Amino acid sequence: MGAVVGCTRARDTLAWMLVLLAGFGSSAGRARPAASQAGAAKTHPPQRIVSVVPAVTEMLFAIGAGPRVVAVSSFDNWPPEVRTLTRVGALLDPDVERIIRLRADVVVVYGTQSDVQAQLERAHITTFPYVLGGLDNLTATIRRLGAAVGSQAQAETVALGIEARLGAIRQRVAGQPHPRVLLVFGREPGTLRAIDASGGVGFLSDIIALAGGDNVFAGEKRESLRISTEAVLAAAPDIIIDLHYGSGLTPEQIDRERAAWKTLPAVPAVRNGRVALLVGDEFVVPGPRLVDAAEAIADVIHPQRRTR
Amino acid sequence: MSLRRRVFITVLVFGGVAVAACLLAPLVGSTPLSLRRVFDRGLPFRDNADAQIFFISRLPRTLAAALVGAALAAAGVVIQALLRNPLATPFTLGVSAGAALGAMLAITFPVSLAFAGVSSVPVASFAGALGAVAIVYFLSTVRRRGLSTNVLLLAGITLNSFFSSLILFVQYLADFTQTFRTVRWLMGDLDVGGYAPILAALPFMALGFVVFAWLPRSLNLLTLGADAASARGVDVLRTQRLAFFSASLATGAAVSLGGPIGFIGIIVPHLVRLLVGADHRLVLPASTLFGAAFLVACDVLARTLLAPMDLPVGIITALVGGPFFLWLLIRRS
Repeated sequence: MGAVVGCTRARDTLAWMLVLLAGFGSSAGRARPAASQAGAAKTHPPQRIVSVVPAVTEMLFAIGAGPRVVAVSSFDNWPPEVRTLTRVGALLDPDVERIIRLRADVVVVYGTQSDVQAQLERAHITTFPYVLGGLDNLTATIRRLGAAVGSQAQAETVALGIEARLGAIRQRVAGQPHPRVLLVFGREPGTLRAIDASGGVGFLSDIIALAGGDNVFAGEKRESLRISTEAVLAAAPDIIIDLHYGSGLTPEQIDRERAAWKTLPAVPAVRNGRVALLVGDEFVVPGPRLVDAAEAIADVIHPQRRTR
Repeated sequence: MSLRRRVFITVLVFGGVAVAACLLAPLVGSTPLSLRRVFDRGLPFRDNADAQIFFISRLPRTLAAALVGAALAAAGVVIQALLRNPLATPFTLGVSAGAALGAMLAITFPVSLAFAGVSSVPVASFAGALGAVAIVYFLSTVRRRGLSTNVLLLAGITLNSFFSSLILFVQYLADFTQTFRTVRWLMGDLDVGGYAPILAALPFMALGFVVFAWLPRSLNLLTLGADAASARGVDVLRTQRLAFFSASLATGAAVSLGGPIGFIGIIVPHLVRLLVGADHRLVLPASTLFGAAFLVACDVLARTLLAPMDLPVGIITALVGGPFFLWLLIRRS
């Protein structure tokens, strides 16, 4: 009796194994043929795009691929259309299961998310890795994105438009003397503690250079530095740009933040009233709105050459 | 030599070191200062960059470092005596984890808690510290008369773990920049940029120090064990309560001022014991003064090593303290 039961069990197990193997085999059979991103996009433009990178989400909408975006990251909030889209996590916690269930054709991920890319590739989903870079990375990424989603023409138009506006800024401020600029993108609210300033690398530093300013920390080969109040006094910037993003600031909060700098009256920027509080996500999300950020910063650095 | 003389000499020597550190530190930095300009009354203060570097940037920083160093070192001595464990630190009983959680919440969900010229982060941090103290005390006194140091230790360790996981959860909810800033806060920062944060923390630290002044004789006896101590006339419960609350108050104020700066609470007491012996009447004042000097020195390194970048002072104390601690462990075994 025991021998018979044992045989039945073994046979059932074998049957299940065969079913599972058959299942795997058929899904392998349904796999998409390996093809280059651009080649596949030309013939079959992706119809379901997922983006885990807010900057690239904005680019997708700018090049007209917005209707094809089915899911975004937890931190996306621009353009307004993304607010109703599904969320699939972000840099640290992308929900790969959900992405696969959404039957995405192309998934935009961070270049550093190598494990996510590997998982998606195993599921035969094309990935578009986004690599952070300076200001020139913006148009390069837009063009690469256009090729990947089959919107090359629109991408080219958008990229040319951005280059034109950036070139206009460059021209507007040409020949002007360069003031010393300190760009602060983070500090404790209401005080000058824990100041994070822009170093000599990255899109914020590139924007300062484009807008005709001299970043006081241009010599530092890093994107960001934590600096002390002594460093601010020693750098003696002519202009301080104080970035705030996330939720908006009420007028009282704006007054309070501006007043925080008054504890260092010897700084030329404070003495001459050239501390600019700039509020908005466009200053920190390196998407198409970065051009608006660049124009705002140029207006702060060279107000006499303002065109808006 | 009588005890009085020894205490006097100890305080004189260590006090001299602390005062020297506090006087020299503001003179040292990454920016060359002209002392003549700093104290030039002719130049209006608002235009005097040198004076502002000295009086707004360096001097408050030095004072904050001295206070935080003194508080953490003294609290370390007291906690080690209370728990009768040479490896105990001011952070063992969960105070700094509570303070850290308060600070994380204030950084990630900015709510205006600004109070008397102090931003919301120190206020929330101190509130978190007090909350942790209350929970630990409640856990160790519920259902028993008196204070069990074993339960105190276990409650502190459990609270540390629990709050650490809450901190990780808050970091998970935060966006990338906030997470970066919260992690950076955990490494310590003494750039107070003014006297308001110091004045806000001072009453609590002062209260802690006043109680510390009363404790040394009782702590000496407490290290013999609760029974031996009470046989010699020490009110064990009152001593334990005073030790716990004063050390927690001083630690909470220190952490809300400068972040959880590690290793001071353990290196300084042990170093001082190597120099003056184990009598708390010498160890406590000496550690307080030496702790002040030590953190002032570490802060000078933090703000000059990679100028204009401000290194977290907790990294300097860890780099000094880690190897020292290993040496101490090897030496003991």
